[in-house]
Amino acid sequence: PAAVPSQVVPGADPSARQLCFAWGPAEVLVCETLFGRRGGSLSPGEPGLGRALVPGALTGCGVAGSGEGAPSSSRVFVVRKDQDIYIQTLRKLFNESHGIFIGLQRSEEELAGKSRKAQLVQVSKNYRSVMRACMEDMHQAAISARDPALHSQYSTQVSILSAMELIWNLCEILFVEAATAGPLLLRLLDWVRLHVCDVDNMVREVLSSENPPKHELFWNVVDVFVLQGRLDEARHLLSREASADPTSVNMYRVLDDLMKKMPVPTLGNTQTLTEMELKWQHWHEECQRYLQNGTFASNSHMESICKILLGDEDAILEKKELMTTWYHFLVTRLLYSHPTVKPMELRMDLFLGGESSPEPLDTILMAAFEFEMHQVIKECSIALSNWWFVAHLTDLLDHCKLLQSHNLYFGSNMREFLLLEYASGLFSHHSLWQLGVDYFDHCPQYGRVYLELHIERIPLNTEQKALKVLRICEQRQMHEQVRSICKIMAMKALRNNRLGSALSWSIRAKDAAFATLISDRFLKDYCERGCFSDLDLIDNLGPSMLLSDRLTFLGKYREFHRLYGEKRFSEAAKLLLMLMTAHIAPCSFWMTLLTDALPLLEQKEVVFSAEQTYELMRCLEDLTAGKSEKQKFQDDEVETTKVEMLRLALARNLARVIVKEGTLEGS
Amino acid sequence: AMEDVCAKFVSQKISKARWRPLPAAALQPPDLFATGSWDNEDNRISLWSVGDLGNVGLNGEYQGEPQLLCDIRHNGDVMDMQFLDQERIVVASSTGTVTVFRHHQNNQTLSANQQWEKAHYHVDQDTSCGGAACTGVICNNPEIITVGEDGRINLFRADQKDAVRTIDNADSSTLHAVTFLRTTEILTVNSIGQLKIWDLRQQRNEPSQIFSLTGDRVPLHCVDRHPNQQHIVATGGQDGMLSIWDIRQGTMPVSLLNAHEAEMWEVHFHPSNPDHLFTCSEDGSLWHWDTSTDVSEKPSFLHQGGRSTTYFSHNTINQSVISAWLSNDPTKDRMEITNLIPNQTLSVNSLDVLGPCLAYGTDAEAIYVNRHLFA
Repeated sequence: PAAVPSQVVPGADPSARQLCFAWGPAEVLVCETLFGRRGGSLSPGEPGLGRALVPGALTGCGVAGSGEGAPSSSRVFVVRKDQDIYIQTLRKLFNESHGIFIGLQRSEEELAGKSRKAQLVQVSKNYRSVMRACMEDMHQAAISARDPALHSQYSTQVSILSAMELIWNLCEILFVEAATAGPLLLRLLDWVRLHVCDVDNMVREVLSSENPPKHELFWNVVDVFVLQGRLDEARHLLSREASADPTSVNMYRVLDDLMKKMPVPTLGNTQTLTEMELKWQHWHEECQRYLQNGTFASNSHMESICKILLGDEDAILEKKELMTTWYHFLVTRLLYSHPTVKPMELRMDLFLGGESSPEPLDTILMAAFEFEMHQVIKECSIALSNWWFVAHLTDLLDHCKLLQSHNLYFGSNMREFLLLEYASGLFSHHSLWQLGVDYFDHCPQYGRVYLELHIERIPLNTEQKALKVLRICEQRQMHEQVRSICKIMAMKALRNNRLGSALSWSIRAKDAAFATLISDRFLKDYCERGCFSDLDLIDNLGPSMLLSDRLTFLGKYREFHRLYGEKRFSEAAKLLLMLMTAHIAPCSFWMTLLTDALPLLEQKEVVFSAEQTYELMRCLEDLTAGKSEKQKFQDDEVETTKVEMLRLALARNLARVIVKEGTLEGS
Repeated sequence: AMEDVCAKFVSQKISKARWRPLPAAALQPPDLFATGSWDNEDNRISLWSVGDLGNVGLNGEYQGEPQLLCDIRHNGDVMDMQFLDQERIVVASSTGTVTVFRHHQNNQTLSANQQWEKAHYHVDQDTSCGGAACTGVICNNPEIITVGEDGRINLFRADQKDAVRTIDNADSSTLHAVTFLRTTEILTVNSIGQLKIWDLRQQRNEPSQIFSLTGDRVPLHCVDRHPNQQHIVATGGQDGMLSIWDIRQGTMPVSLLNAHEAEMWEVHFHPSNPDHLFTCSEDGSLWHWDTSTDVSEKPSFLHQGGRSTTYFSHNTINQSVISAWLSNDPTKDRMEITNLIPNQTLSVNSLDVLGPCLAYGTDAEAIYVNRHLFA
């Protein structure tokens, strides 16, 4: 079993302080405690600035209590697992593959058999073309980078992307397409041609030379074509050599004929496997015959090619330099020693460099050839510094119905586990968080919880961003988060003295308590300044006025002012009285309301009826009676004068209205 | 057609896309547009070329993707962006600052030319924090008008250091967008579903007219005015609804058209072909509203990059065009609506149309250009 790779957190010094940690969805918090190590050095190390580490999120948080450690500040380190998320040039990969991922989740599961498989293969190819496009960009960036450090960083990324694409392509052939026998071999040959590019330059050089047969690498190129199964190209090249060397025309003709006759598997179902076997046997014997009767004895190049055609392992291994990788060797061997060969029987140690342990890439490809899908995913998770690859590959394999029975002892299943990791990484990024939402949506078991936890932590620096986050929550009926976002925005607006905006946000959240709070602020402002602010909002509350009692009062009170302003006195008086008698107005506001009644009581025309005046009197008495002696004593003189004035005005109004009503009755 | 669309992934979420205006007598289609990004640690203003720098196909058709000409850092999210003239771009920032960038065409660089720091702010302009997002900007060289989350309206002149005029507390809620109605009048939309007209000649700090959506007070996010018939105004709301207003009459929209499933971020009449209207939305769609479907009755008004035609005012066609947008049920007889993005995922934040060209930008970090809009 592979050793678990350890990771050092730069700056955290366990020898100086005892450390504690807490796991988060995408991050680990490592904290220095107050407790020092007996005998250990107490000086804290310098905080590192590695990519995997963002130190000092909560620097200097004081911890109470006495310990053995120094009283200096403790630090908290945030350790992130997904490094590649922060690579700028990979953002294209994340964004484009997001679209493909969504397409795959939406795709028709009902499509049966072949068309479903074709669809899945197409999805796999789309993912690969994104990887290739990204690799191309990165390659261009590497070329144009002047800074050597930057150049090498880009070059590293190119080789990582190239390895990812290589692995993905093999998985596509073996698992997604699940080709068998002949077609499988053709796919593998394509795969080798596409990825073993070390010899491409040599081929190009020879072919573009003036006289290829005279080129010193001529036979190498012929061998490359044979090893890669590109027999037509090999024959074409040989024909030029033949015309240049009349002495061995016959030899060339025989070899050319053998290469021409080699039975190749076809993609269509035109021949049965047995037919193919028969033809193969026949052709193999023919090659054997020519080799044994020494037809090629005078030309070692052609003799070795004939041996390769016969699948002679030693002859193939002689061309090790031209194949460069063990998987090329494997595919060549498969091609010429038809029908089957197992990877483990191949002498791959010759490629893997002696006693040293194999490279991760070799281990991964080997596992793929052995159809150990879970091993492939596991090794990739360890070797790659991103979750993108395993998350998307696993999801695709899951859609191919290849991973169903595999449940983890934690979380739900492997697909969901990896998607959650990847999406959590996206959420830890300043701007890629929006992509993460859709990944969580497609994690049936824990996606929702993860989304809820992450979405509340998105910083809301503008209203527009808040609206986008809010939309995400509303679409998913995440009421708790909707309320919390609106509340945050309402609080912000309130702090900025934007009462209108604050009220809008609390109305959107249907937050009655907060609406009450803001209404009180409006009323307080009115009491202090004698006029309303934000009339455009208060006059247009509409049905949202019913959200809280205080808001209703605010709206109605403003309506009173409008009626008064429009000199519709009796309507205004009726509304004012109703605000008190129906207990819409808070008691603390009654004195203001009664004071507002004063000018109405002083109008030339009588506004309040006798009955209304009595009601007003009762309101005033309720208000004053409710106060204790002590409170009364504390009330300033202004208040006392106000009450006196009101009593007087009420009494005078009563007198006038009795006279008036009496007159009316009498007439 | 979809195959005419070029896409480019740009590794930044695009909040705004704007074509550079064409010189008065230009016959060529537009070839340069600007984009602004948002929600990045490092936001940028970028200029893209779609003209002769790219590959030209056999039949002279342009095939390449947009090429980056130059870019410059921008402090804060780009909230809005307008070309002042051929060389200058006015940019509204989430920090409340308004900046004029100049494009130096000789050496393909951008530089900050003029800046009004904290043109929009909360509580106190002089404190270190407290900038309020500037949400909208509109220019009529040399005048620049900005609106913001602080409910403030600013009038700047490109050549003056201080604001020519500021209306504090113009709106008690957030102003989302602004556009010119006439040279001295502007239209604003806010977060409680109101459309307001402001007459800048008057010293009163009050709108001259208020229109509003009834009932639900759905916030309005964008506004545009018909280029030829100034009384026709289109707005887009939080619920994705397209509202058409006739500001000569009533206080409510003439028609409400069901459109997108989420916030409509922008609405644009085609500047020279106003039978066509374009809207984009948080739901990831971009719609083309076409009222010119009844071709037999009307000549084509499409002029590549040309100025708006005066044809309307002297012709009986006038009447039918008015009714196209103002008829009570436009969907019924003469409007054709097409979604230009079939596999939508993330928000389309901005679009711009000029001549035969459409450009738009998304939260999926891609910009798109269609150079054969009416093909």
